Amino acid sequence: MKGGIMCLAIPGKIISIEETDPTLRSGRVDFAGIVKQVNLALVPEARVGDYALVHVGLAIGIVDEKEAQEVFDYLRQIGELAELEEGKAE
Amino acid sequence: MKFIDEYRDPAAARQYAQALVNIVTKPWTLMEVCGGQTHAIVKFGIDELLPPQITLVHGPGCPVCVTPLELIEKAIRIASLPKVIFCSFGDMIRVPGNSRDLLSVKAAGGDVRIVYSPLDCLKIARDNPEREIVFFAVGFETTAPANAMAVFQARSQGLKNFSLLVSHVLVPPAIEAILSSPSNRVQGFLAAGHVCAVMGYEEYEPIARQYRVPIVVTGFEPLDILQGVTMCVEQLEQGRAEVENQYARCVRKEGNAAARDLIKEVFRVVPRKWRGVGEIAQSGLGLRQEYAGFDAEMRFALSDFAVAESPECISGQILQGIQKPQECPAFGILCSPEHPLGATMVSSEGACAAYYRYRRV
Repeated sequence: MKGGIMCLAIPGKIISIEETDPTLRSGRVDFAGIVKQVNLALVPEARVGDYALVHVGLAIGIVDEKEAQEVFDYLRQIGELAELEEGKAE
Repeated sequence: MKFIDEYRDPAAARQYAQALVNIVTKPWTLMEVCGGQTHAIVKFGIDELLPPQITLVHGPGCPVCVTPLELIEKAIRIASLPKVIFCSFGDMIRVPGNSRDLLSVKAAGGDVRIVYSPLDCLKIARDNPEREIVFFAVGFETTAPANAMAVFQARSQGLKNFSLLVSHVLVPPAIEAILSSPSNRVQGFLAAGHVCAVMGYEEYEPIARQYRVPIVVTGFEPLDILQGVTMCVEQLEQGRAEVENQYARCVRKEGNAAARDLIKEVFRVVPRKWRGVGEIAQSGLGLRQEYAGFDAEMRFALSDFAVAESPECISGQILQGIQKPQECPAFGILCSPEHPLGATMVSSEGACAAYYRYRRV
């Protein structure tokens, strides 16, 4: 993983957490086989197994698995709406 | 990779393109704010998938591109000092200053190091107590928590030989500057998802209301961008101008409270100059008084100096969505990633670099 300031943040699975001083709270995060030490101080709610959103060595959020399907649900909704519209036109 | 691969599904992308054909009745111009989104759009050919009525223009969200020449010059001067270890993200190393870049400082014997994270600089500072470690803190709101954390930790650990050269910028004032420009043609925005993961999106609501412009917080994968475009076009077609969140798996309305608190602890809002654009009021972050001891500009007593931009480079127009890279006469002829005239060709996030890499004919 190349360092960059692109506002890219990569989701990775937290595989261990070291509970120390709150500002130094860190853990090991697995990005599809590449494991990195990540600062977890800003995601106090993070637990092992969560997916952390990591930007330049710091977790800035946790991926909400319940919302992960939204992009497909929305697609289905607009597809159904289009069918309804077509139905009306007939 | 989970949470990446599923959002690159070509069948779903085609369905989104079809859904857009069903929705769109008029021409619309949208701007994606973030350079990371620009790269995804050009790399995956998302713009070519869209109905011809929809035009995407590329926004100012490339921190390398908007860092003013003055700051590059300051970086070069600091990095040239013998006792300094100058640390930076990789992209900044090759941005041309007045006559040279940070890479040539390194080639001439300067200690310039590429780091993955500002937090890495703290270890370098501890390991080199006789040297001055300076980090080039550029970036948008996404990067602010990491830079704030580095300074916060340095202070709590009593590290005296660490400082930041700060060039932090903020997205909402840039959106307002674009919208209030007489040459503006942007009718809807895809806001930068990771900026909003940190900051939330409440501050975009007054902008959407005042300028009657839809703003959709959008992610970075192809399906995210296609959904963001669809939501934005739906609003435009229905005459709505609201802030909506496409990227709910990563963005909450209030953002990340701990990250916002840390930014507020270390930084304050200041005016900033944007390369190619000029000064925008209240558009950046600088260190607060309590952390002024970590300000490299004060530590190395650098005064302002005026530096002229390349007359051939139109990056200011590109960053405001007024022109596209291939409309520049220098593109691919006088200007390339090997011989860049401006920062939009240097940065891996710059629009010109994206077009050069993926679209050169």
